Amino acid sequence: MLTNTTLPPEPESPTAETSWEDVGAKSLSQGQLMIRRFRRHKLAMGAIVVLLIFYTVALFAGFFATANPVQRNSAYIYAPPMIPRFIDSEGNFHLRPFVYGLESTVDPDTWDRIYKPDHDEIYPIRFFVETDEYNLLGPINASRRLVGIESENQPLFLFGTDSLGRDVFSRVIHGTRISLSIGLVGVFLSLVLGLLIGGVSGLLSGGVDLVIQRIIEILISIPQIPFWMALSASLPAHWSPIQTYFAITVLLSLLGWTQVARVVRGKFLSLREIDFVSASIAMGANDFWVIVKHLIPNFFSYVLVTITLTIPAMILGETALSFLGIGLRPPVVSWGVLLQQAQNMRTVAMRPWLLVPGIFVIIAVMAFNFVGDGLRDAADPYSSK
Amino acid sequence: MLSYVIRRCLIMIPTLVVISMIAFGVIDLPPGDYLTSYIVQLESQGAQVTEEQVESLKRRYALDQPLPLRYVNWIWRIIRYQDFGQSWNWNRPVAGLLAERLPFTIAISLTTLIFTYAAAIPIGIYSAVKQYSWGDYLFTTIGFLGLAIPNFLLALVLMFIFYRYFGVSIGGLFSPEYRDAAWSFAKFWDMMSHLWVPIIVIGTAGTAGLIRTMRAVMLDELSKDYVQTARAKGLKEIRVILKHAARVAINPIISLVGWTLPQIISGEAIVAVVLNLPTTGPLLLQALLTQDMYLAGSFIFILSALTVIGTLLSDILLAWIDPRIRYDKEA
Repeated sequence: MLTNTTLPPEPESPTAETSWEDVGAKSLSQGQLMIRRFRRHKLAMGAIVVLLIFYTVALFAGFFATANPVQRNSAYIYAPPMIPRFIDSEGNFHLRPFVYGLESTVDPDTWDRIYKPDHDEIYPIRFFVETDEYNLLGPINASRRLVGIESENQPLFLFGTDSLGRDVFSRVIHGTRISLSIGLVGVFLSLVLGLLIGGVSGLLSGGVDLVIQRIIEILISIPQIPFWMALSASLPAHWSPIQTYFAITVLLSLLGWTQVARVVRGKFLSLREIDFVSASIAMGANDFWVIVKHLIPNFFSYVLVTITLTIPAMILGETALSFLGIGLRPPVVSWGVLLQQAQNMRTVAMRPWLLVPGIFVIIAVMAFNFVGDGLRDAADPYSSK
Repeated sequence: MLSYVIRRCLIMIPTLVVISMIAFGVIDLPPGDYLTSYIVQLESQGAQVTEEQVESLKRRYALDQPLPLRYVNWIWRIIRYQDFGQSWNWNRPVAGLLAERLPFTIAISLTTLIFTYAAAIPIGIYSAVKQYSWGDYLFTTIGFLGLAIPNFLLALVLMFIFYRYFGVSIGGLFSPEYRDAAWSFAKFWDMMSHLWVPIIVIGTAGTAGLIRTMRAVMLDELSKDYVQTARAKGLKEIRVILKHAARVAINPIISLVGWTLPQIISGEAIVAVVLNLPTTGPLLLQALLTQDMYLAGSFIFILSALTVIGTLLSDILLAWIDPRIRYDKEA
């Protein structure tokens, strides 16, 4: 406005009847400003897309997988990935990508299976192929999968197979469900705990505040992994997968709520002194009204940033625990459980595709970090940057 | 200054008490009677357990007492006799195992901490001074990757690459010929040549976080008036950056030791399992898996206590180097 040297003609400036909206100057709400700021963060927008894809895959895992994740193929133990190709061994170009069939021989010395692509067997990759019926989501069953090859005796292994001949690609896809949801559930628990404890701490101040702050400082100073290891190892072995799953999320959020509580308390303390809150109190608003109507809307963006940045830590925590064999256990499929197979260096050196689940961990964690970064910039849309 | 140090040490005591309670909780957590399983373990090894031995064990761990008394007994024996209990997996006192493993944990953690800072501070300054240069982008990318790669995975990948393409195994801390040898210069040199792997693997995540903070704080400082003034006085740019801006920007980084140290000790525990290092990590995992609870509880207690003490030292260091911290006012 200040740079505008030519003033708008008299009738167009707002009067009692016309507002700025009528003259074309739009006013944006804080939420709109935040969204606008967030959209300018290219990496964060890209990361949001990646996360949406990941969660869609997690929801309809059966559709995106190429096989049943627990299906064992004794004829294909540690089969290498079948790479989709466009150009065949004779140099001909195929518009539809294809894979070669696998030919296996047994090494006479080590008794290991050796796999070679069979250049005579060409399997075109087709979309929406008909397969056995599988459970899509809840009560819905389906029998079409996104990609596949039409063959009776050659299964498709995009990422190879593991020690029992199970398809790593389908297992990674199904592992997405556990690995990505554990972060969300854990963060939800952290959020509830953090809001409650941080709120109490900021509201009551004095002795209660002091005690809570000390507890938070102690929890922060504890090295997370040994602590998680100890608690997780003491979970009863006879618990069902669901019980273990929830126990692990509770464990992860036991240390995770502290950051949220700190943010909430800090904002409580600083917002309490601000004029519109004082005005509301002066007009007779009770605590509940002030908290719900004034405080929470004003600090929630900061809480959102904090929890977005907490999710990666939880995903990494679950992966680490399951990798060590004290988190989730087979037959549950999570990225950490899959990485357990990569513990032995001998195995990994021969079969590097067992490390593939790790790539997905990295992508998911980076995506959450980028989104958190974008949200942090957007949380305060009035700052100049 | 002295009163500040004393006050901080006093505040640390309740923290240590709470941590010891948590650690004892870990010992007490598994269901079942510790003594019975210990006797079963002894008998399976062919040892005769007499009534007297059972009684003395009961007395030693106050097993017939309620939980609070058991805790007091445990902590008292640690303070009075440095007795952390018996590891029945190893059939040795826990204190001996601690003495064997802990020095390596401390050595690796401290070197990693030093490496983290030695790498993060110059890179952070460079990234801020040359903002948006290709070097800045390179380090930002490495930083994000470093934060996202779980350190045990990084260890696996490094081992894989070295094993497959160079034919060397980079696990462990010593070559086989030095593993049981007495300390000598050659053994020390051998250790140093193995040490870089765990340091890089454990330090990456912390370094990445610190670079980002250092860069942000440094950018903040560089836009302030006193930096302009220093330039206007005709100081050399390098002096403006190092003597003025960096001097101020370093303080928040040092206060982050309290955040970096738990991360390093925590990361060390799992990386040590993958790289098969002779530190506390693999032993802790084994102890937890076999429910060797006095060993596990003591490790957790000592690791956490070390973290708290490290944080305290960094706070004192910060108060010492930053003249703006007024530590006498509140006393």
